[in-house]
Amino acid sequence: MTEAHGHGPLLSVHGIRKSYRSGGGRLDVLRGVDFTLDVGDFVAVVGQSGSGKSTLLHLMGLLDVPDAGEVRLAGSRIDHLPATRRDRIRNTAIGMVFQAYHLLPELTALENVLAPLMVRHGVIEWLRTSAAARDTARGLLDRFGLGQRLRHKPRQLSGGEMQRVAIARALVTRPQVLLADEPTGNLDETTGAGILDAVCELNRRDGLSIVLVTHDASIAHRANRIVRLTAGRVEQLEPSAD
Amino acid sequence: MYKLLLCWRYLRTRWIALASVISVTLGVATMIVVNAVMAGFSHEMQTRIHGILSDIVFESHSLSGFQDPQWHMEEIRRAAGDSIAGMTPTVAVPAMLSFQVRGQWVTRQVMFIGIDEATHAAVSDFGSYLQHPENRRQLSFNLRDGGYDTADSQAEGPGPSRPALGGAGWPHRRMRVERERIWQKRLEEQEGAAAGRAEPTRPIDAQVDAVLAATGDEAATAAAPAPVTDAGTEEAAPQNPFATARPEQGRTMDPATEQFTGVVPGIGLASFRDSKGIDRFLVLPGDDVKITFPTAGTPPKAVSDTFTIVDFYESKMSEYDSNFVFVPIAALQRMRGMIEPETGIASVNSIQIKLKEGANLDEVRNRLRGAFPAELYAVSSWRDKQGPLLSAVDMEMAVLNILLFLIIAVAGFGILAIFFMIVVEKTRDIGILKSLGASAAGIAGVFLGYGLFLGLVGAGAGLVLGLAITWNLNQIRAAVEWWTGQTVFDPSIYYFFKIPTIVNPMTVTWIIIGAIGIAVAASVLPALRAARLHPVEALRHD
Repeated sequence: MTEAHGHGPLLSVHGIRKSYRSGGGRLDVLRGVDFTLDVGDFVAVVGQSGSGKSTLLHLMGLLDVPDAGEVRLAGSRIDHLPATRRDRIRNTAIGMVFQAYHLLPELTALENVLAPLMVRHGVIEWLRTSAAARDTARGLLDRFGLGQRLRHKPRQLSGGEMQRVAIARALVTRPQVLLADEPTGNLDETTGAGILDAVCELNRRDGLSIVLVTHDASIAHRANRIVRLTAGRVEQLEPSAD
Repeated sequence: MYKLLLCWRYLRTRWIALASVISVTLGVATMIVVNAVMAGFSHEMQTRIHGILSDIVFESHSLSGFQDPQWHMEEIRRAAGDSIAGMTPTVAVPAMLSFQVRGQWVTRQVMFIGIDEATHAAVSDFGSYLQHPENRRQLSFNLRDGGYDTADSQAEGPGPSRPALGGAGWPHRRMRVERERIWQKRLEEQEGAAAGRAEPTRPIDAQVDAVLAATGDEAATAAAPAPVTDAGTEEAAPQNPFATARPEQGRTMDPATEQFTGVVPGIGLASFRDSKGIDRFLVLPGDDVKITFPTAGTPPKAVSDTFTIVDFYESKMSEYDSNFVFVPIAALQRMRGMIEPETGIASVNSIQIKLKEGANLDEVRNRLRGAFPAELYAVSSWRDKQGPLLSAVDMEMAVLNILLFLIIAVAGFGILAIFFMIVVEKTRDIGILKSLGASAAGIAGVFLGYGLFLGLVGAGAGLVLGLAITWNLNQIRAAVEWWTGQTVFDPSIYYFFKIPTIVNPMTVTWIIIGAIGIAVAASVLPALRAARLHPVEALRHD
């Protein structure tokens, strides 16, 4: 799984610091983290609860801005861009998957998958492109075995199905990178394994660059590289067991 | 695109928000109905006011008036240019109207107005308010031979019943004279039987008494009074009674075939409406009345004369209907001594001016004010004459609209509260949308759009409801009256038989815009709050 290496860094953070105010004191979550994801790489970020791995993922996904340091996408700094530019990058270049699925309860499975494209396009443009978008979304849901559940609302789906819809939603924009935050955390072992297989296949077959945050070492070992976060710092890098 | 979809989905799944819209609906409906009724009343009132008053009234300050109305009219035409459609001179003096009802004298304070019967109808709607169809076409101060309307000619639908007017006119006059002759005859018989007894009060004025005394023999031989309905056909029409309206000095007149100078009093002076909606009359066309008025000159002296009622007018403005009495201008000028003996030039104290369609009322008035000295003449438009009333109505409407708009504002606060609730409820969804790349403006747009949708739904439903109520208001009134047994709208008070409504599209448009605007304004704060949510915190929200 090394043929994708050598294409250079895709998403990197340099000297990232982030702290939160909590209960009158300051909680330093990240204290100078350096981390690089290469094109086609699959990195697992592991650490204890509260080690700052989710915060790191949010900063890479531009959901939050660092107190210090920078975030670079394909070499250009993106963390200091104006909000609308960051929104645009988040919409086009980054796909995110969360532990709690985070589907919109009012929308059907298909509409949830289409949501990023609807966010991107105005009404007119949407009407022009919706047919193609629907085909793409249906294809993705088919691929994840949800071809029969297009019109179901999230509450009618099981946890594994919801997470697969969420992955399809993350992929529908053809992002450069997939950021997954404990995607199997809410699922039983079998279902979680199925989701993990699907994620791994995205990297192996499609060459998608992936950052996977988990606290489970067995899951982390499916990645090419593991980054351990301890007390807000990158503690060690260890090669994947693969 | 997601904004539309989410608005639509929220609209369909959040019924609580729709409940808040009901207050917008009710507010809009109420405003539409109230405005329509107010506009209806206001329009009706202005029509009534304007119906009696001409567009512009040109009058002298003095009761004696000014000489040579012809010259004044030429000057007015010169000053006002070609915006004048018609003019007519009038003489108006305060007077007292007295008539006898069952032996008792009833006296009313009136405005006695001399009008030119040929031209007066051209400057106001006066003619259309009369009770005889012929008089509505062309006013005549000659008593008509029956044929007065027994129902209100202006009511669109069943108006009040006026059975008494069926026998009015010459038939009524003849019957009355007959009755008095019989009465007189009996009196004389009684007098003959019991000489020396005090004379009883006689029901009509001395002049008629004198006539009766002179023709007493005739009365004795006359047949019993013919029934009212047959009288018109049995007896020959009176020969030009106007020519003999004022018998020459020394000659007595026959009240059965001759009349005094005709007058047209307001219907309110002579009638009242009973609880069943039937108009009862104290006097009828054909009866004689006495009017006391001041002569021209200094100081004015009061003179009295007898007149015959020939018709009633009903403008439905009770202020006019119970105050004005119209008389031929030439007769009034002569009786008041307003005609100069040497030259024969008559004075008038006002000129009624009607403007052409589309002429600017205030501009013409101002031009006339500039052309004539203000110390001698007062020039006022019909709006000026009723200025305080009209502005009071306008003020009332404005205040009512403000109050009603506050209802919609209250609905706005309801929307505000519910939207804050929805934003809290949807915090995670907002975080999700942000993680998908939705901008702050886009998130705000979802909630503003939602507010707009709610406003549109509320205002739309309010529009439908308001128009439905307005267009069926009289049926609703009837239903409410039937249900409660209470009279909601008493025609005897308002002189209307149904509630007048005018739906002004402009007003309705503003109400709708205002309601939608308030709904959107109420969603601004929640929308801003939603837009400012931190995506990470929003995603963590439970």
